[in-house]
Amino acid sequence: MTLPMGRPMREIFGETVAELATDDPRIVMLDGDVGSSTRGDIFEQAHPDRYLQMGIAEQNMLGVAAGLATMGLIPFISTFVSFAVVRPLDQIRVLIAQTGLNVKITPGYAGLFTGMTGMSHIIVDDVSIMRAMPGMVTVSPADDVEAAQVLRWAAAYQGPVYVRLVRDATQRLFDESYRFEFGRAVTIREGRDVTLVSTGAQTPRTVDAAELLAAEGIDAHVVHVPTIKPLDVAAIVAAADRTGRVITVEEHTVIGGLGGAVAETLGEHRPTRIDRIGLQDLYIQSGPNDALLDIYGLSAARVSDRVRELLAASR
Amino acid sequence: MSGASAGTTTHADAGEVARLEEVARRIRVHVVRVVNHARGGHLGGPLSAADLLAALYFHAMRVRPEDPDWPDRDRFVLSKGHSSIGLYAAMALRGYFPEEELLTFDAAHSRLQGHPDMTRLPGLDMSTGSLGMGISAAMGIALGGRLTGHDIRAFVMLGDGECQEGEVWEAAMAAAKYRLDNLVAIIDHNRLQQFGWHGDGPDGRLPPQVPGELAGKWRAFGWRVLEVDGHDMAAILGVLDEAAHGDGRPTAVIADTVKGKGVSFMEGHYFWHTRLIKPEEFAQAMADLGEPAPAAEEAAR
Ligand SMILES: Cc1ncc(C[n+]2csc(CCOP(=O)(O)OP(=O)(O)O)c2C)c(N)n1
Ligand SMILES: [Mg+2]
Repeated sequence: MTLPMGRPMREIFGETVAELATDDPRIVMLDGDVGSSTRGDIFEQAHPDRYLQMGIAEQNMLGVAAGLATMGLIPFISTFVSFAVVRPLDQIRVLIAQTGLNVKITPGYAGLFTGMTGMSHIIVDDVSIMRAMPGMVTVSPADDVEAAQVLRWAAAYQGPVYVRLVRDATQRLFDESYRFEFGRAVTIREGRDVTLVSTGAQTPRTVDAAELLAAEGIDAHVVHVPTIKPLDVAAIVAAADRTGRVITVEEHTVIGGLGGAVAETLGEHRPTRIDRIGLQDLYIQSGPNDALLDIYGLSAARVSDRVRELLAASR
Repeated sequence: MSGASAGTTTHADAGEVARLEEVARRIRVHVVRVVNHARGGHLGGPLSAADLLAALYFHAMRVRPEDPDWPDRDRFVLSKGHSSIGLYAAMALRGYFPEEELLTFDAAHSRLQGHPDMTRLPGLDMSTGSLGMGISAAMGIALGGRLTGHDIRAFVMLGDGECQEGEVWEAAMAAAKYRLDNLVAIIDHNRLQQFGWHGDGPDGRLPPQVPGELAGKWRAFGWRVLEVDGHDMAAILGVLDEAAHGDGRPTAVIADTVKGKGVSFMEGHYFWHTRLIKPEEFAQAMADLGEPAPAAEEAAR
């Protein structure tokens, strides 16, 4: 039994921000010439006057967003994660994070699914970078349902946010009754043997992995962490207490991302045996989505295998 | 001076010019005093910009120092943020905060940080310090003014060395595309940067390598270019008045300046970009700026 597919988060991005802008004239979208990919084009169609094409000039784009925010506007950024985070990193730091200006950094193409583009476009360390930046909150929704809610929350939140969205359709974890709460982790599955902590579009696959493990008699507790910063410390500690054994799972480098955040937190609050499943210290090749998940060990099957190995090794 | 400003005369009368020249002189005195007091900070850049800052804050910009968040104010972004002390001096003289506070520059907990921090000091329209960015923010302000229906102007000051940053030209391109004629970029063209290239210029250094064709570059990017002697107050007021009337293009004011202007031994020397002042130099600087001889304890910080 696996979770069903949802809609691509990028479509949710274009639609949701366009809807928000219908009710809120302060919302504008800045695009770095990739609106046809991020689905910023949906916003452009709905609100052509507030779709600000900035061309292939990301440093300027983030700086312009800061200036717009001082005028009371709420800019949403449309580009790829790699070009939203690292190319204009200093502009984000000085003009947005250090000022606390109300800019929404909401790029698509997080993780491995970038339309077979290869390592220039696949950024493995965006969470580590943005989470380390003082004044920046970092949110990584699990699916289309949560992505829509996170975008609505972001528009209402006062201050800079980083929301990483996925290009392609991924599995749907939540139904329409789900309510995203900023700063809160969510228990997806109760279990006694091991706590799996996951984020972003990896969480549905981690949940599927837990089902595979259950068939083998391993009862996993699964926690989804949409808000990586600020981290829900109480929930992480409680989830660790629950089983006394923690494994983080993320479609991101294991250095400094969710695994880093959880390890730091438990090290300080509740030393617990922890392992981190995720991308190792390397760059990612291009390939079909399923092939990449398999190669880099993030499919449900590969995750369940790895969890079993880790548990056996530490028993 | 060539360019569109040729032949333009200021509407300001001689009294206004003299008043602003005195403001600029007092900015320079504050710059030297405060940097000497703090034992840190920049000298050459703020001194070259002093006349321009006086003209902006006391003539061109519509601001209300007693209501620094007034929504319809004109905005100013000091893209060359290392000249912060010049901006702070202009703001203090204009009444944003007491002049005595200038002596807290660079001190811990001061509102007057080494580079401008808008979260600490009301009246600062943007935080800067990393060169090349301020013009993007100013472009956003100008565009935001248009989108929100505010009749405001965004002024931004850049260094000529700063124009080596690629982001400056990204912004130049985009601002022209959006026809932001409420955006005025003032380039403090003092022909020196912090260190620059080795060569047979003054002190064995070459002027910033972007300039030479600065005016042509801005024109090629679709900007209206006004050139002015950045130390001739009447001429400065003239071009700023002209810049206030948009013609569908953003405006670049290229101000021909002297780095370290007003202090004889600093003028034209790259190494006075930032450097500690010796007591006898301090006394000389005060004399150059028309101030009485300083007390020994002030000179010997
Ligand atoms: C991105 C960045 N690189 C380097 C510096 C260090 N720096 C501060 S001032 C300066 C020289 C600036 O020269 P210019 O723009 O000509 O200014 P001015 O001559 O008016 O002082 C440099 C390199 C910086 N502040 N920001
Ligand atoms: Mg210079």
